[in-house]
Amino acid sequence: MSDTKNNRRAGGFGPGHMRMPVQKPKNFRKTFRRLMGYLRPHYAVLIAVFITAVLSTIFTIIAPKLMGNATTKLFEGMMMKMKGVPGAHIDFNYIWGIVITLVLLYVLSSLFTFIMQYLMSGVSQKMVYKLRKQVNEKLAGLPVSYYDAHPYGDVLSRAVNDSENISNTLQQSLTASITSIITLVGVIVMMLTISPLLTLVLLVTIPLSFIGIAQITKRSQGYFKQQQEQIGKLNGHVEEMFTGHQVIKAFGKERESVGKFESINGKLYNSAWKAQFLSGIMMPMMMFVGNIGYVLISVVGGILVINRSIQIGDIQAFIQYARQFGQPLNQIANISNIIQSTIASAERIFEILDEEEVSKDDEASEPLQLPKGHVAFDHVNFSYKEDQPLIEDMTIDVKAGQSVAIVGPTGAGKTTLVNLLMRFYEVRKGKITVDGTDIRSIKRERLHQLFGMVLQDTWLFKGTIRENIAYGRAGATEEEIVRASEAAHADHFIRTLPEGYDTVLNEEGSNISQGQKQLLTIARAILADPVILILDEATSSVDTRTEVHIQKAMNTLMKNRTSFVIAHRLSTIREADLILVMNHGHVIEQGTHHELLEKQGFYADLYNSQFADEEKHLEIG
Amino acid sequence: MIRLARYLRPYLWPALFSVLFVFLQSLANLYLPTLMADIVDTGIVRGDMPYIYKMGAYMLLVTLAAGVLTVLANYLASKVASGFGRDVRNKMFAHVETFSLKEFDQVGTSSLITRTTNDIAQIEQVYMMILKMMTMAPLMCIGGIIMAVYKDAKLSLVLVVTLPLLIVSILLLAQKGLPYFKKIQKKMDRLNLILREELTGIRVIRSFNRTKHEIDRFDDANKDITQTSIRINQIMSAAMPLMMLIMNLSMVAIVWFGGLRINSGSMQVGDLMAFIQYAMQIMFSVLMGAMMFIMIPRAQISATRVNEVLDIRPDIKDAKSTALVNNDENTQGVEFRNVTFSYPGAENPALNDISFMARTGETTAIIGGTGAGKSTLLNLIPRYFDAVSGSVRVNGVDVKTISIEKLRRMIGYVPQKSVLFSGTVAENIRYGNERATDEEIKEAARIAQADEFIQEMSDGYDSVIAQGGKNVSGGQKQRLAIARALARQADIYLLDDSFSALDYRTDARLRAELGRMTQTAALIIVAQRVSTVLHADKIIVLDDGKIVGEGTHAELMETCAVYQEIVASQLEKEELA
Repeated sequence: MSDTKNNRRAGGFGPGHMRMPVQKPKNFRKTFRRLMGYLRPHYAVLIAVFITAVLSTIFTIIAPKLMGNATTKLFEGMMMKMKGVPGAHIDFNYIWGIVITLVLLYVLSSLFTFIMQYLMSGVSQKMVYKLRKQVNEKLAGLPVSYYDAHPYGDVLSRAVNDSENISNTLQQSLTASITSIITLVGVIVMMLTISPLLTLVLLVTIPLSFIGIAQITKRSQGYFKQQQEQIGKLNGHVEEMFTGHQVIKAFGKERESVGKFESINGKLYNSAWKAQFLSGIMMPMMMFVGNIGYVLISVVGGILVINRSIQIGDIQAFIQYARQFGQPLNQIANISNIIQSTIASAERIFEILDEEEVSKDDEASEPLQLPKGHVAFDHVNFSYKEDQPLIEDMTIDVKAGQSVAIVGPTGAGKTTLVNLLMRFYEVRKGKITVDGTDIRSIKRERLHQLFGMVLQDTWLFKGTIRENIAYGRAGATEEEIVRASEAAHADHFIRTLPEGYDTVLNEEGSNISQGQKQLLTIARAILADPVILILDEATSSVDTRTEVHIQKAMNTLMKNRTSFVIAHRLSTIREADLILVMNHGHVIEQGTHHELLEKQGFYADLYNSQFADEEKHLEIG
Repeated sequence: MIRLARYLRPYLWPALFSVLFVFLQSLANLYLPTLMADIVDTGIVRGDMPYIYKMGAYMLLVTLAAGVLTVLANYLASKVASGFGRDVRNKMFAHVETFSLKEFDQVGTSSLITRTTNDIAQIEQVYMMILKMMTMAPLMCIGGIIMAVYKDAKLSLVLVVTLPLLIVSILLLAQKGLPYFKKIQKKMDRLNLILREELTGIRVIRSFNRTKHEIDRFDDANKDITQTSIRINQIMSAAMPLMMLIMNLSMVAIVWFGGLRINSGSMQVGDLMAFIQYAMQIMFSVLMGAMMFIMIPRAQISATRVNEVLDIRPDIKDAKSTALVNNDENTQGVEFRNVTFSYPGAENPALNDISFMARTGETTAIIGGTGAGKSTLLNLIPRYFDAVSGSVRVNGVDVKTISIEKLRRMIGYVPQKSVLFSGTVAENIRYGNERATDEEIKEAARIAQADEFIQEMSDGYDSVIAQGGKNVSGGQKQRLAIARALARQADIYLLDDSFSALDYRTDARLRAELGRMTQTAALIIVAQRVSTVLHADKIIVLDDGKIVGEGTHAELMETCAVYQEIVASQLEKEELA
């Protein structure tokens, strides 16, 4: 059972049968102790699990011996009859007693196993629930820089796969390990009571299988590693070629691409079949060793019976014990791998839990009464990395209701500005104030309420349009939602959708256009009614009519609010009260349109190369 | 599954031998208890030591033979299944590479990737299991039954009761458990979705102060999945004990009834012992079989997905003809003659009766809103799609009569989404033209306005581009993609909205350079920005798949309403005045 579970865990590509190389934890002891801490609330249940495990195992261990006794009685009775002893009969009363006992034992044993598994399923799932919950809550407390630095797939896999791995170990392996160890000890004890000599004979075969397993594992792990590498390469190639399909066709490179695929695939085949073969002979080998044990028991046992030192039923019991031996041995041989991979998983989760959270809000944070939206940067210095200064000594003053246009090539650092204003990142030197108050002394929640964002990469979640707009303010009424979408020029298109406000946006958000998505985010921002706005003007990928709507909606939104606009439109730029010219993340110039033109710098250059040209043509037209 | 088995044909003999070896090995394993029974019934009863030794040696021999056979079977099975996987993967990949965009879009890129990798691996794994174990389970089962009946037919009646009991309880558990397994999968997806939304939308969530809301949302999903998981684990915790109970009780029953049979003298003790072992083997093989059957449906789904792809026949046929000698001045360039094109299943044609000529030495720009059909139009030229009616002509020759390889060699194409490949910058540009010298590559980069930033990179032209071009910005990617097309020194350049990520200055310079460079080629640019098309020799305005205007900027400002609307939306009204 647990083997199939392991397979699923190894998952995805590659027949992950048996003993793939495992990732080793960095600090085993510490992580182990910490993981144990999660089990503490369940101690009572765990003790019950342990007791039931012991009981059920002991019952199964006693059974073969009893059954052997029954066989012995049968044999004795039969022998007597054969020898023609008068009145000889098989003692069925005795056997019946054993049969009743056996039935009782087996029923109890199964019952206890069931209770054990039943209890354990609660423990393991609750623990995983707690781990996931903690990770999620932790994520909420982490600074945005954490999100920027960690690919989300990685975080996702830690929160989901790794916690799953831990629960599997608890559910399957923990109980299996307990029973394995008890079985092993119990079986040896039972065997010793029957015949020390036979036990010795059987135990001789154990090192044999251990050596075999170790040898094969060593070799097959090498091939598994190679296989994993080739799979990685193959997947990489497929992904690259399929995403670039159009380009490959355009440049006629199909043959080359297929050739490369075949060569990687050939290498994969070479390591795959070897890995498969080696790991596949593990079981037959164990079986072979088991069979040798079987033969030895039959022969030596037979001799011992003839010598009258053991009973015939003992051979039968012994054969059963020998069969029970293999499974736990395998289990125990695997145990260190399972524990290691579990601890490694736990470690990856704890790594998230140990990340430093955002600085706590000052207790003495003063609430900002009636915010107006006067934003000032006072000698602000900022950089993501120590040695690469981005913003140096920036001082700007934006009065309430004014608009600031941020101009510059794509990727010039507009997100940096958002990051600083929203305090997603902390300034290194200087300060940013809103209405004269340093944003660091405003509660984050309050600060975020001041701002509204409409960015180009519209973030909407899977849910109805209504829910998505209502996201702007908890507890908004239906009327407020409709009014906001009317103001955002979104109401019309929403009503043309078959389900109207109840239309469910799908996962990729592909059932409405990019421009419509932007209208929804504007509606969301209008509903939130912030004092200060951060806007991102659309560039391409929006059709002309929607674009007009977006433009109008943005103008509505900007009225009476301080706004920072990442600008692409000449009119927005010219009418701005302040233009920030950014390049390579630096603010290289600032001023009004006229001031900057007179300066004859980067902005003037930009303006002349682009907009002046446009205007000239428009005049002709 | 079964249809895919045809790929096993090259491995027919190894596969057959593998099954044969498994069969022989099963026989050997089944033979052991009989030998043991002989030891008991003959050796022990008579106290015949030499007989015991003889039989012992015999058993060892059988064991050894069984071991050798399994290793052989395993060797063959590994080779067969891996070889099968390799062949299907090769076939699949090569097949997908023949797809035109139509077939490609039909399945979707990410789906094609998982089908080529995970799905085939899944099938391969199951074939391996079939070869190695599934053949063994029925053999052991049938063999065990035969041996049991042979040992004592009447006692076998115990099995008649217990086996159906075992099978029924397996089915019952599966029936109860499976719906939960499906539910779990869905709930897992939901949990993943919420977490992914949280991770990608962190800025929005924080700015709207909805962190608490997100935590609750996740917690609900988390609770939900936990409850279902507990439920399914509880059901499944009955599985093992139940199976064990049935097996153990049937053993007890065998001993009891066997005892009665011995008493009546119709059976020997050794046979009873052997019988017990056969019963165990039979029941274990039933369990094993049940486990296998859980795997097959999963592989079946994968097989269907793979077959779906293999069944797609690319409908673009290559032409044999290669004659492309045409020096007629008037026909040099790309011409559309009454071209209409519909996507399969679409109600309205994406392109409707399009006719125009893009001459060599000229720049032709195509502008229009999203969904107007601009990219579709470009895609007809390198035959990513074929026109439904009308013809696309290059230098006066219908593209359907030119071999695709020749046709595409004439074209330098820059896709909307710039795709780069892992490798150095120089390799990426050289992708367009293998024979390009270093000088030519540099020149192409210079024209594409890429030379400057390439020089700034740590290793210049030898800097390595990561997979998917993750280590260069969007604008840089676009410029490299343009350089790659330019290196081709083609007769026709197709640029599909390739300036969108460039800043205005770079855009302007690039256009100026392009104009100079392409005097001997036809340049067709798809654009959204008016500024990009201003200087074109000819602008074609598309709206809803139809040409609604054709001419220079000045002409269109006079005559074309749609064009005016586009211009107006991009530059405020007041500036027009």
